[in-house]
Amino acid sequence: MTENNKRLMQGNEACVEGAIAAGMRFFAGYPITPSTEIAEISAAKLPRIGGKFIQMEDEIASISAIIGASLTGVKAMTATSGPGFSLKQEGIGYATMAEVPCVIVNVQRGGPSTGLPTSPAQGDIMQARWGTHGEHSIIALYPSTVKEIFDTTIRAFNLSEKYRTPVILLMDEVIAHMREAVDLPDISEIKIYNRKKPSVGPEEYKPYKVLKGNIVPEMANIGEGYRYHVTGLIHDESGAPTNDNRIAEELVLRLVNKIENNLDDIVYYEKYELDDAEEAIVAFGATARSAKSAIDTLRAKGRRIGMFRPITIWPSPKKQLTELAKKVKRIMVVEMNMGQYLLEVERIAGKYTEVLGYGRVNGELVTPKEIVRFVEEG
Amino acid sequence: MGNNLIEKYYRTERLPHIWCPGCGNGIVLRAIVKAIDNLGLNKDDICVVSGIGCSSRATGYLDFNTVHTTHGRALAFATGIKLANPNLHVIVITGDGDCAAIGGNHLIHAARRNIDITTVVFNNNIYGMTGGQYSPTTPTGDKGTTAPYGNIDPNFDLCELAKSAGATYVSRSTVYGANMITKQVEEGIKNKGFSFIEALTICPTYYGRKNKKGDAPEMINQLKEMTINIDAYYKLPQEKREGRIVIGELYRVQREEYIEKYNRLINSF
Repeated sequence: MTENNKRLMQGNEACVEGAIAAGMRFFAGYPITPSTEIAEISAAKLPRIGGKFIQMEDEIASISAIIGASLTGVKAMTATSGPGFSLKQEGIGYATMAEVPCVIVNVQRGGPSTGLPTSPAQGDIMQARWGTHGEHSIIALYPSTVKEIFDTTIRAFNLSEKYRTPVILLMDEVIAHMREAVDLPDISEIKIYNRKKPSVGPEEYKPYKVLKGNIVPEMANIGEGYRYHVTGLIHDESGAPTNDNRIAEELVLRLVNKIENNLDDIVYYEKYELDDAEEAIVAFGATARSAKSAIDTLRAKGRRIGMFRPITIWPSPKKQLTELAKKVKRIMVVEMNMGQYLLEVERIAGKYTEVLGYGRVNGELVTPKEIVRFVEEG
Repeated sequence: MGNNLIEKYYRTERLPHIWCPGCGNGIVLRAIVKAIDNLGLNKDDICVVSGIGCSSRATGYLDFNTVHTTHGRALAFATGIKLANPNLHVIVITGDGDCAAIGGNHLIHAARRNIDITTVVFNNNIYGMTGGQYSPTTPTGDKGTTAPYGNIDPNFDLCELAKSAGATYVSRSTVYGANMITKQVEEGIKNKGFSFIEALTICPTYYGRKNKKGDAPEMINQLKEMTINIDAYYKLPQEKREGRIVIGELYRVQREEYIEKYNRLINSF
């Protein structure tokens, strides 16, 4: 790492830098606070490297455009915030069903509705999981520092390409707008995963058949001689719509299981001071930074406490949370909502240990002091 | 000739189609395919994008790159496809509900950008897939299942809308004269910019039945009687123009295409 790679960077900027490093060459967006800088920086950078930026007429058009672009083989991303994220759900469902890689950034803000546009909140945890209708699984990543936004955006693209699924990048307003020193890795050090293209000719190609040894169907780019049908309807291996109940179940289960059966590859997390911990905090994003500070304070007072920080919040880190639950006397979930991830932690850990939640929804970050008080009094 | 087109351009294994007996969609679809054949385009270079509704099911039967998208969003998907791969001929198949109601905003902005996409609206004046609800093009006073006492909404002139929004080729035709549809789709594909073709078609099952329009041949004849070619229209005295639907090439203008502009930007660095 040379000093030259060190830059003072805003979270939203790190997101675009990471996306471009991952190979993003198409961005479609719509202005919305606090994610707008992602569109602005993409608009400035993409044409300079032969990529395309387009400001669409609305949020739904933006996600539709990136899905279209991705079908031609171009890595594509959109970015939004709460109200726009609600609108993106239609496209997230389509990309899930049609297995089109794409990345959707949601820099969260206070809700519901227009809410608190310039204030942080972590209220979209469950919308990221279940926002689009129908049975499905989803990958959602949650970075906690500006540098981690860079790295996690690359991971988001890699997972999206590998599993042919939309990946949601959840961010906190405070980190998106914060500036931190970032050591950018050398581009040659970055691991990039590109979707697997067809290993067979057009005559043999079945766009939705998983070949032996693959996790997902191989993906042909539109315009390269593989003429196939893409649809949001239940479809067979050839891509043809069908009402066949057996095929419907097979497809939905395959779409869910390609994610749920690969948790070891998809789940990223950080453990902080957990080795000897008797109690643990579970937190993510900006809240995890407050929690770290609180843990340092509590440890100085002699308390054996640590933190489990999921970076992949969906699919949830079941194995890691179960192990943790078996080890500690209690788990405290701290988040800027009234207990959304708490529900998930309770579901997984509740039968092994006590699970408590601490949350707030006033548009302010949870402070280390508050967490210390909660741990000591709660 | 017809069978040749089917073998050459349709996914015959996907037939029969889901459309009702007497539906006009097959006529429009064949006219589009004939236009592609006349232009001698390579099938691999064509991407047909559709939304949701009866007409949007057409993509499933066509042997091109086909994308059956979400309701109203075909033009937004198509914009991404065309911008990401400008070498493709992108054709959008949509219906009156898909294009003018839920997708109306996308139509306006695709036209405004003058992006090189050819849009063919199968206008049957009704939501057929859901069983006959009134659409933005259902004539005022006509009935639908959600307008049991007659539709009080004014109906849209989609060609006027497309023209005002910035389309550089706008035309209208009917399933009575399929050759005109073919000619217009050819012109639309050849036009470097946003082309809008409104193909008036028939839905005997819902629109026809609800409004006592008779059977399919009768409805097709009604299309002939209701419409007038643009040349003949302007020869009519003002008082005789009222109530006639004008068909033919309605508007054409030269304006720089969107991706050409974007590429100029890229090349400026």
